[in-house]
Amino acid sequence: MAPSVDSIVQFENVGLRYGTGPEALSDLSFTLFAGQFYFLTGPSGAGKSSLLKLLYLAQRPSRGMVRLFGSDLMTLARDRLPGFRRRIGVVFQDFRLVPHLSAFDNIALPLRIAGMRDSDIATPVREILDWVGLSARVDALPATLSGGEQQRVAIARAVITRPDILVADEPTGNVDPDMAVKLLRLFEALNRMGTTIIVATHDVHLMTRIRRAQMMRLEGGRLSDPTGALRYPPRPADMHGWADTDGRQDRPF
Amino acid sequence: MLGSFFPTRHDRRLIPQARLTGPMPWVMAVMLFLTLLATAAALALGSAARQVNADLAGRATVQIVNADSEARQKQALAAEAVLRSDRAVTGIRQVSEAEVRALLTPWLGSGATSRDIPLPALIDVDFRTAAGPAALARLREALKTAAPDARIDAHGQWLKPVFGLIATLRWLAIALVALLALATTASVMLSARSSFAAHSETIDIMHLLGSTHQQIARLFQRRIALDAAMGALLGCLLAVPVLWMLARAASQLDSGLVSAGSFAAIDWLLLACVPIAGIALAVFTARVTVLGALRKKL
Repeated sequence: MAPSVDSIVQFENVGLRYGTGPEALSDLSFTLFAGQFYFLTGPSGAGKSSLLKLLYLAQRPSRGMVRLFGSDLMTLARDRLPGFRRRIGVVFQDFRLVPHLSAFDNIALPLRIAGMRDSDIATPVREILDWVGLSARVDALPATLSGGEQQRVAIARAVITRPDILVADEPTGNVDPDMAVKLLRLFEALNRMGTTIIVATHDVHLMTRIRRAQMMRLEGGRLSDPTGALRYPPRPADMHGWADTDGRQDRPF
Repeated sequence: MLGSFFPTRHDRRLIPQARLTGPMPWVMAVMLFLTLLATAAALALGSAARQVNADLAGRATVQIVNADSEARQKQALAAEAVLRSDRAVTGIRQVSEAEVRALLTPWLGSGATSRDIPLPALIDVDFRTAAGPAALARLREALKTAAPDARIDAHGQWLKPVFGLIATLRWLAIALVALLALATTASVMLSARSSFAAHSETIDIMHLLGSTHQQIARLFQRRIALDAAMGALLGCLLAVPVLWMLARAASQLDSGLVSAGSFAAIDWLLLACVPIAGIALAVFTARVTVLGALRKKL
């Protein structure tokens, strides 16, 4: 694990354009440091998911420079991308569970992809299932799980490999407040072990729960306050109106 | 495990597909059946051509047609000497008058004598290889002076149209095998593409979780290999009795002049390679198709 002072992600004048459309992200310049906890916020359509896609290597930027784990993504050989992706855990907004695999197999998938033997997989998977409170649903298919349960499976799959970076897109959108807090505790525990966490959320209360978290706010594809984009600690005044800009309701814990 | 050669229970679950329900194994079975028949035809025609070649093309007959038996005998001896000295000739045999008479008995009756009907002197000539036009021309030239009444007939010459037909049919069979291979490739490509499209969601997820293109391609390769293997088995089960019956029918067709093409051990070995080659072709095509499709992803 890199020491916490190392930059793990570096963006310089990054722009992202889908096809010939307008830029979804423009002029992003920031640095994320290893072992930190970041919240990414902003109204719907501000480009949060696009920024996360760049972070979990589902997209290459159209311009600018992105450095990840010290390597320039623009020049990185394609065959090295899988290795990078294995170091990044992702909680997708729509979970993206494999529909015909059980909860167990979905969570075990990153370990199998990494080449771990079946005999070594059972214990960590059962532990994490226990952790997210799904021990009783080991063999359940995603379709038979509630939204909240699916989200917990998605989170368990993202963290099972103890990634260097965890990227989560609205990871608590479908769970009850108790579970949201519990999941946040899991993220915190991972963060304490050195994982850099980036959580996109509208949930102001969630943001205030992590005292040492820093914030980025996107608006219209740009960091709304580039100089003060990474704040520590978040000021309540900054968060006023951040969460409700697209009509979502904050849920009290 | 995603890296092992044979699909594990987990791999099968990852890209699920009920066995023998898709068109793939059946298409493979039909292709394999037809390919086996075409290959067998090509091999049988090949061996027939070889046999005809060996039986006849390496031989010629020299006839000396002269009514005067003395002159005929003299010329025959001279021709023999010319033939013996030629480097392409491996052996000669003067056909005795009794033999010639025996050959003619069905037409002339047993009472005919040489005095009634002058019979030509016949010399059987065996060549080192098939008598080429050059060797024949050379012999004709040499015989012109030694035995002016000599006429040389290469046996291959009589059968030229038969050879031509056999060769044409053989090339046709080879072309059929090639076309069938092409059609198999195309159908595997379509099948791999549709399977890839049907599982695109799973592939995207695996991709984002750090699967390499090789790992994903391997899943499809194994799936197609299983389908192809089952199709091949089915195709073989259909083709073997048909081939056996054809081989039996052909062996009864023995015309005396040309023995019908039959399978040597090497031919059976080649036939056994057809299903293996079919499976290999399917796996290779699936791999190339899937890797090509994956190349479009980041």
